Amino acid sequence: MIGNILEVKDLKVHFPVKGELIPKNVSYVKAVDGISFNIGYAETLGLVGESGCGKSTTGRAVLNMMKVNSGQVIFEGRDILKSNRNELKKIRKDMQLIFQDPFGSLNPRMTIGSTLEEVLYVHHLGDKSQRQKKVNELIDMVGLSKDYLSRYPHEFSGGQRQRAVIARALAVKPKFIICDEPVSALDVSIQSQIINLLEELQRSFNLTYLFIAHDLSVVKHISSRIAVMYLGRIVEIAESDELFKRAAHPYTKALLSSIPVCDPDFRKDRILLEGDMPSPANPPKGCRFHTRCIYAKEICLMKEPVSANLGNGHMVECHLY
Amino acid sequence: MDEFVLEVRDLSICFYSGRKEIPAVENLSFNISKGETLGIVGESGSGKTVTSLSIMQLIPNPPGKITGGEMIFGSLDLLKADDDIIRQIRGNNISMIFQEPMTSLNPVYTIGEQLSEVFSTHQKLSKKESMKRSLEMLKQVKIPLAEKRMKQYPHELSGGMRQRVMIAMALACMPEILIADEPTTALDVTIQSQILHLIREMKEKMNTAVILITHNMGVVAEMADNVMVMYCGRALEYADVRTLFKEPKHPYTIGLLNSIPRIKGGRRKLYAIKGSVPVPGEVTAGCRFNSRCEDVFEKCRIEEPPFFEVGASKVRCWKYEGKGVTV
Repeated sequence: MIGNILEVKDLKVHFPVKGELIPKNVSYVKAVDGISFNIGYAETLGLVGESGCGKSTTGRAVLNMMKVNSGQVIFEGRDILKSNRNELKKIRKDMQLIFQDPFGSLNPRMTIGSTLEEVLYVHHLGDKSQRQKKVNELIDMVGLSKDYLSRYPHEFSGGQRQRAVIARALAVKPKFIICDEPVSALDVSIQSQIINLLEELQRSFNLTYLFIAHDLSVVKHISSRIAVMYLGRIVEIAESDELFKRAAHPYTKALLSSIPVCDPDFRKDRILLEGDMPSPANPPKGCRFHTRCIYAKEICLMKEPVSANLGNGHMVECHLY
Repeated sequence: MDEFVLEVRDLSICFYSGRKEIPAVENLSFNISKGETLGIVGESGSGKTVTSLSIMQLIPNPPGKITGGEMIFGSLDLLKADDDIIRQIRGNNISMIFQEPMTSLNPVYTIGEQLSEVFSTHQKLSKKESMKRSLEMLKQVKIPLAEKRMKQYPHELSGGMRQRVMIAMALACMPEILIADEPTTALDVTIQSQILHLIREMKEKMNTAVILITHNMGVVAEMADNVMVMYCGRALEYADVRTLFKEPKHPYTIGLLNSIPRIKGGRRKLYAIKGSVPVPGEVTAGCRFNSRCEDVFEKCRIEEPPFFEVGASKVRCWKYEGKGVTV
C-alpha cells in the first residue's frame, strides 16, 4: 500500500510544573516540543534518544493516551486527537502498545489466558468459544505452548512474559504497534528471540511499528528509517543505512560513536560529549544541543535551527546545513 | 605481570531457600594481575554479581553461604579472614562500584560527607583533611563545579554524575582491585562512554586491577584484557579478549556473539539461542548448557566437561576433548 498510515504534525506535549513556593507560578516541561514525522504502511520507524528526550511521551501522545497541547496525529486519514471516546475505542483496535517492563504490564492476578481473553471481550470480538479458540491461536503465534494459558505472570521468565504481552497486542489484529523499549529489559540471548519474533509477525500480518529504544544497534537492525530525538525535538531523521553512513547532526554522530563495538581491534576516534543533557524544563535557547556541541557557533546560541533536507528523506535540524 | 593480585580457586556459593540448596556459583577459579581488566560476562542469573559480592564478603548470610574455595589476596585468604580484617580491606584495598548509583549512595548525607568518610575511616585523616582530599578526588573524576557538588545531596545529581561520585569513592584509597558491577547499565550511551573512558583513565593512572562485570559484549570488547564467560554459576570459557571475539570456542559464547545486532554489515536474521536460562536449582546433570546447545551429544547429558586448553582459550565443552590439554 502506498501512503502513510500515520502522520504526526507539529506535536507538542508540555507538562505543567507548579512552583514550589507559589503554586500559581506554573512552568512547563516541554517533553515533546513540535515534532513531525510520517510512517508508511508496513514500515518500521525507529525512535532513538537518551532518557528524558521524550521518546516514550511521543509514543503515548500518538495513541492519545495523554493530554496533547497542540499538533495533529493523523492515523489513516483521521485526526486521533479530535476523536471522541467511541471513535477512539475503534481506532485503538488498530493501534496497540508493547511496554518495556513485561511484569508491570501484565495483571499479576490474572492468568495469561484470561488476560488475552479480556482484550477480545472488551472489544466485543466473538462469543466465548470463538474467543477461546482465538486465544489458543495467539499463544501459538508467539511461540508459547498452550499449557502456559493457565499460568500467572510470575511463573514466566522475562522473555516469555514479553511474548505474552506481544500476544495480547496482536489479539485485536492491529495494523500499527508502538513498541516502547520492548527488549531493553531482556538478556541478549532472549533479546534476539523477541526481535526475530517481532520481525516474523511484521511479515505475516503487514504490521507497522514505531520502535522506541535507546539501543542503537537494535534499532538499526529492525528499522527501515530512524528518527533521533534530543530534548523534545527530532534532530535528524533518515533511512537507517543512510543515518549510519552519513550522520549529519553532531548529536547523532556523537551518539553513534559512543556505541561500544564488539571488536577488540576496533579503536575509533570517539566523540566524547561533555556533560549531561540539560533539563527539558529549561532547554537552552537557540539550538538545544549547543551546550554540548563541539561545532557550536554564534548563531546556534541565538536561533533555533530549521529543518534542512539533505535529499532522500534525510532531514536534519542543525545550522551547519 | 605474573604476580596475581587475586587468586580465586574453586569458589562455590550456595543460597538456601527453605530446605532447598541452590548453588549460585560452583568451582569457579580465576586470577587477576596488577593493571589487568578482567571482564566477566553472562546473562542474568549466571552468578556474576554473586561472585563479585563474595570477593567483598558481602553475600547476605543467611540465605547465602560460601561453601568452599580459596580467595588469595596477597598472603591472605579472604574467605578465612576475620571480619575486622575484611573491614580494613573492603573499600581500602578492594572496592566496588555498583550498577545503581542512586541506591548505593546515602540519600541523607551530602556528597562531601559520604566521600570524606572513606578518608576518615580508612586513613584516619582529620575532618578538614578528609574534605580536602574528597574535593581533589571529585576533581579527578572530572565533576564540574566540584565545590558546589560537595554540599549537594545525591538526588540533586544526574545519573552519570552519581556514578562519577561512586568511582571517586571507590578509588579514594587507591585500591589494588576495583570491582565494577554493571557500572554503565543504568546510563545512556553518551554517558556510558564518558564513564568507561574515566574508568580506563583512572585504572592506568593507579595501575589498579579491574574486574568488570557486564552483560554488554561491546563494553567488554572495549575495556577488558581477559574475559570469562559465565553461565548458570559456571565459567564456560576463559580467554584473552582478542581470542574470545575472533575465535570464540564454546557454543554458548558463539551463540551470544551471533545474537547481537551489528551496526556494520547488512541486515540478516538474528541468531537466537533457543530456550531460556534454566531456573537455578533445577540444573540437570552434565553440561550446564546442554538444554540449549546445538552441538549437544550423548556425553554432554551425562558428564560435566572439564576445562580444555585449546589455543589461547580454556573452554569447558566436550567438543574439544582430545583437541586440547585438560586443565
